[in-house]
Amino acid sequence: MTGIVKKIIGSILTIAVVACLVFIAFAVIPGDPAVAKLGTQATPERLAALRETMGLNKSVPARFVEWIAGVVRGDFGSSYSYSMPVTKLISDKLPVTVILTLYSFVLMIVVSVPLAIVAARHENSAIDRVIQILSQVTMSVPPFFGGIIITLIFGLWLHLFAPGGYVSYTIDPVRFLTYMLWPALAIALPKGAMAFSLLYGGLTTERRKDYARTAYSRGNSTKDVFYKHLLKNACIPVITFFGMALADMIAGSIVIEQVFGIPGLGRILLISIQNRDYPVVEAIIVCIAVLVIVSNLLVDILYGVIDPRIVSGDE
Amino acid sequence: MSKKKNRDFNLILGSILTAVTTIPALIGLLWTPFDPHSMDNSLKLAHASFMHPFGCDNFGRDLLSRVMVGSATTLLIGLGTVMIGVIIGTFIGALTGYYGGLVDDIFMRFNDVMFSFPSLLLALVFVAIMGSGKMQLLFALGVAFIPSYVRIVRAEYVRARNMDYVKSAKLAGASDMRIMFVHILPNIFKILLNSVLIGFNNAVLAEAGLSFLGIGVQPPDASLGRMLSDAQTYLFNRPGLAVVPGVTLITMVLGISLIGKSKTVSGK
Amino acid sequence: MKRSKKLLVSALVLMLTVALCGCGGDKAGDGETITVGIPQDIEESLDPHTALAAGTREILFNIYEGLVKPNSNGDLVPAVASEYSIDDEGKTYTFTLRDGITFHDGKAVTVEDIKASIERCADAESGEPLVAAFSNIESVTAPDDKHVVITLSSADTGFLSNMTTAIIPAEYITGAVSDPVGTGPYMFISRSPQENIILKRYDGYWGEKAYIANVTFKIISNPDTIVMNLEGGAIDMFPRVTSAQAAQLSDKFAIEEGTMNLVQALYLNNAVAPFDDVRVRQALCYAIDPKEIMDYAFDGRGSEIGSSMFPSFGKYFMPELNDTYNQDIEKAKALLAEAGYADGFKFTIKVPSNYTQHVDTAQVLKEEYKAIGVDAEIELIEWNSWLSDVYSGREFEATVIGVDASTLSPRALLGRFVSDAGNNFVNFNSKEYDEAYSAALASTDDAKQTEYYKQCEEILAKEAANVYIQDPAELVAINKKFTGYEFYPLYAQDISKIRPAK
Repeated sequence: MTGIVKKIIGSILTIAVVACLVFIAFAVIPGDPAVAKLGTQATPERLAALRETMGLNKSVPARFVEWIAGVVRGDFGSSYSYSMPVTKLISDKLPVTVILTLYSFVLMIVVSVPLAIVAARHENSAIDRVIQILSQVTMSVPPFFGGIIITLIFGLWLHLFAPGGYVSYTIDPVRFLTYMLWPALAIALPKGAMAFSLLYGGLTTERRKDYARTAYSRGNSTKDVFYKHLLKNACIPVITFFGMALADMIAGSIVIEQVFGIPGLGRILLISIQNRDYPVVEAIIVCIAVLVIVSNLLVDILYGVIDPRIVSGDE
Repeated sequence: MSKKKNRDFNLILGSILTAVTTIPALIGLLWTPFDPHSMDNSLKLAHASFMHPFGCDNFGRDLLSRVMVGSATTLLIGLGTVMIGVIIGTFIGALTGYYGGLVDDIFMRFNDVMFSFPSLLLALVFVAIMGSGKMQLLFALGVAFIPSYVRIVRAEYVRARNMDYVKSAKLAGASDMRIMFVHILPNIFKILLNSVLIGFNNAVLAEAGLSFLGIGVQPPDASLGRMLSDAQTYLFNRPGLAVVPGVTLITMVLGISLIGKSKTVSGK
Repeated sequence: MKRSKKLLVSALVLMLTVALCGCGGDKAGDGETITVGIPQDIEESLDPHTALAAGTREILFNIYEGLVKPNSNGDLVPAVASEYSIDDEGKTYTFTLRDGITFHDGKAVTVEDIKASIERCADAESGEPLVAAFSNIESVTAPDDKHVVITLSSADTGFLSNMTTAIIPAEYITGAVSDPVGTGPYMFISRSPQENIILKRYDGYWGEKAYIANVTFKIISNPDTIVMNLEGGAIDMFPRVTSAQAAQLSDKFAIEEGTMNLVQALYLNNAVAPFDDVRVRQALCYAIDPKEIMDYAFDGRGSEIGSSMFPSFGKYFMPELNDTYNQDIEKAKALLAEAGYADGFKFTIKVPSNYTQHVDTAQVLKEEYKAIGVDAEIELIEWNSWLSDVYSGREFEATVIGVDASTLSPRALLGRFVSDAGNNFVNFNSKEYDEAYSAALASTDDAKQTEYYKQCEEILAKEAANVYIQDPAELVAINKKFTGYEFYPLYAQDISKIRPAK
């Protein structure tokens, strides 16, 4: 148990470090956002007034303390380009990205695990070879190209969905979810192929180990051995991968949002980066960091459940 | 993996696929059938022909020439990224792994934070700080890839510093620098090579992704990601404009990952 | 364990079924809702008086009205005012408030609201008034609760075109009301940044009510997906598609052809080297052929321009200026050599990435400039950065953009080139021009005034203030479910005229 507590404290520390780094990175960038915003309409009085509303009139350390205090309360200040609190700006968009990521994650598991089992149980058969080749190719498809192909085939040729026909989850959750299937698929397929290949590798290696042979020779049925022992052992490296995949999927969703016209965190992040709307960029990075770190933590805890030796041992 | 024959099937196929994409790209650096930027109104969205085997884009620019130049750009940015990542990553990893201590602890905590961040996102943050463009992209991606190499190299150095050959070199009076880079480095070469291949693939995909988002290579310069982005308008009537750069990208990545998987390189 | 496998398979099947069933959910074609794609988010405040971008104004056109408003012929017709009279001198303008006209919140429009709106735009306290021409206003008075009288300091017969300035509630100006409220045919419902703006028909509208009840303006920041959005049914209409995009559309769509009413040009920052040298600017003009740009980016559509004026302005437009610089590579090279740039030079064109037509134009320009040894680098920037860096901050060398006219007065196009104008983003500086322009303002005789405006246009052409290209063709892609799209001689999307096809 202490292992988990230690991990949790570690994660909180890490989040704090990320938050500090993010603030410092954007505080040292040259250029005055107030000047940029006012442009030629800048008079000293207007500048001073705007600096005050933007909170730029204080020293960097003072702003830092204020910012951190705000972040703890979930307040990231005000956006430069939209005069609204950053929290309000991103709170509608965060669920979109989280749902897309989780959706992709579930799809990845749904696709990879059964296929790996089927392929491993029929090792060296024709079906195994076909799945192998498919996974090898799928692995190399970047999500945005996968997205374009999905749009072309399922959207424009087969009319299974309307490209760009995103509906917000607040308006119609069912249509939201049906639309999200396609971008989620684009993200999930390459990751699923990697998960497949890891799990498959694990299963076939475990099968050759002594304990499996002993179990077989003791007359246990093939299925029994397979599901009781092999799968559990083969899962351990795959779970590490799942953790990393989850983080990658968050990044992947940023690109995919652009292909499928989804106004999620990714679009706001991209536009804010280009507009130098730093409070928004900072908030989104911190949010994503929290998502990444929490998912890593969950993986660690999951390890503990599957194999108690790992968490209690040293890193 | 499951192939039991002596012939290294993955290496052969991987090399072929890599060659198919990189050789035209390398040629593209010196020569292309047509000027990849020169426009021709009569060839707007022209279909494939003998002169233009892949057809032309919406400005009548030869698609083959653009794919050649575009893959070269993608390839070079990928290479540059890996170089930055490997050189700086190896240096930091070697020092922290070899010496250990408090500096190592602090560095590793920092590194782990960076590592847990998806590299595409890290690169986006750097672009946010430095602005967009080809060189900025190269630098951003390079820096974003450092942490993964630090991690790998450090682990190897931690292991190596207690090995007999290192101890005996120390006794023989070799300097730390010599031990680090002359004695240990060649021994981790194989592990490094494999991660270089994986890293190269990730870099290629990240470059394509960022250029696709319009943050990397600027028009009219070609890059595979940029071309894919432009092709979306013509997807329904001229899917070839998307398929050609897309398949090139996949082939490139597939080829290199097969080489990385082969027995010769992975040692399995 | 076997069960879990079954579970996984059935989950997969379930998800696919849901997806396949959901796909039938094409938008109900009841004609009650239209979704219009727009290339950028509108400005944050939705304040009609401070909006800079044409893209914001064209949407606000549906929400706000002035005392008068333009119709699709370019004539000014009474709106918030039911009638108006101008004294012979052109100094006193009297407006009669329309009976029973209400704001979207149901409150009646009062003369106080009119007074407050005009005074706000005339207020010169923080530099320049919001509407530059309002500096000429001497007083705004309301003799009774039906009339407003505007008195000018100097006579101006063309002043009426400025009275399209939106009338908003006085409480809005004092900050008591923050929701955008106007008198137009549509009222504002909600917005979601980078996602959409939703409007609803205002049933208390004084004039002919809109046909379609709900309008969603959907922001499509990635122009590469416009065709997919249209074809897939996600949007019903997109104003200003490129001809290449239009050619990709199926026969589900009608392409309405008009003109954008823009001065599209390669705008040069006249204050930075080498563009501070008129010979360099002229060389850049000689090097290009607007026809070629139209061919590549617009399939040959568009009308050539030679100065900051476009054909919709009728008598003010001078077609003869189109030939000031016909393509002549040798002459361009000679001019460059004379200016000391015999080996050419390098410069950066900043282009807003959301406008395909400008990005395409920049790509053609880059090719054309190769011939005179000038290396133009293209830098795509986000729309808001364009506004803050290029337009407001004037930190650029060159940019491709289309400048629109906010009113139907030539002032709207020419006023920005006066040396000290706040919106002179190209830093054009010519004494001769300033004199001609103030002479035009001062003149009360229409023919004389037109002469002076034309003189201004000539100076812009001669001095090669910018590399003028064209007034681009406006291609509006609209689903055949709808009909009735109307073009305006200025930047506006009037949704209230659109109706279901049957």
